[in-house]
Amino acid sequence: MHLAQFNVAHMRAPVDDPLLAEFVAALEPVNTQADAAPGFVWRAIANEDDPEETITHEFGDHLLINYSIWESRDALWNFVYRSPHLAILQRRREWFHRVAEPYTVMWWVEEGEIPSLKEAWNRLTLLRQKGPTPDAFTFKEFYEPNGARG
Amino acid sequence: MDDLAAVAALNDPVRRELYRFVTSKGRPVGRNEAAEAAGVARPLAAFHLDKLVEAGLLEADFARLTEKKGPGSGRPAKVYRRAPGEHVVSVPPRDYRTLALVLAEVVDLLGGDEVAEKAAHRIGARLGAESAAATLPELLAERGYEPYDDAGLLRLRNCPFHVLAQEQPLLVCSMNLSLCRGLLEGRGEPGAPRLDPRPGECCVVFPQENSKTNQS
Repeated sequence: MHLAQFNVAHMRAPVDDPLLAEFVAALEPVNTQADAAPGFVWRAIANEDDPEETITHEFGDHLLINYSIWESRDALWNFVYRSPHLAILQRRREWFHRVAEPYTVMWWVEEGEIPSLKEAWNRLTLLRQKGPTPDAFTFKEFYEPNGARG
Repeated sequence: MDDLAAVAALNDPVRRELYRFVTSKGRPVGRNEAAEAAGVARPLAAFHLDKLVEAGLLEADFARLTEKKGPGSGRPAKVYRRAPGEHVVSVPPRDYRTLALVLAEVVDLLGGDEVAEKAAHRIGARLGAESAAATLPELLAERGYEPYDDAGLLRLRNCPFHVLAQEQPLLVCSMNLSLCRGLLEGRGEPGAPRLDPRPGECCVVFPQENSKTNQS
């Protein structure tokens, strides 16, 4: 099984606003690192020719989404927290609003399977409604593919 | 094996030296190399290394230590590295870890990262000023970071806040960076520690100039 992760971030301004400029400038280097990271499988890309273009969706305004698939929890963890991506995460408050509800969700998928964006959104909704379950969970409250608490 | 037994397994100078040597390498270590470093014969080193594995402090594996392949390359050698997991013994019983986890969660829920970073900086500066360590690497070693040189950088092999950093990585890694900046400031040394996280190590690195000026 592979691990899918989907997260949303509420931008403090439209994506082309100067406030977001440094974030947008970091997209290409950080995404390049993700693509080369051990255990990386797939990520949603808006435009192959423009690494700074963000994914369009129907889930709300000023909402930036990030959707990727990894071989394991460790692979995703090491990219998120043990790579230069951490420095970007630490500046999140400069660019994104604090939100009280969960903004990132994980679930297991079959190898080779890429669930739709709509399903990813539904998983986040499930997490928000029911809390962490084997079908929609987080790093902190993690579930193994067999449904056991990680 | 319980924590006390694991820690008690280190109550032997040779074993302690072997443990120190293996864990300082950051890679699997063979028996010959470990025996040489500890200044003991290979069979004795092998005996103690296996005791450390039994105690859960090291883990053993088999690997080819030479590039040679095919006939004549011999059997894979037994190699050792630090086992995951940690062992804490406190007499009388104390549990700062649970409280630290609670407090970290509170800081996170309150969105108090900045305040926490400032506090970490202040406490780092105090610790840095109070320490009798002659050099920055010594101070970092004293604080459990296990520093080592890596191409112009002082890297830290061990994260002293591992459990908390797993639970609240954003908060704890930021606080650790602030603490490290404080340590340096407390020593009255220049330099700019920064984040350069890598799997399995502490997230902070120090530009090497710090240690060099200090040692000269």
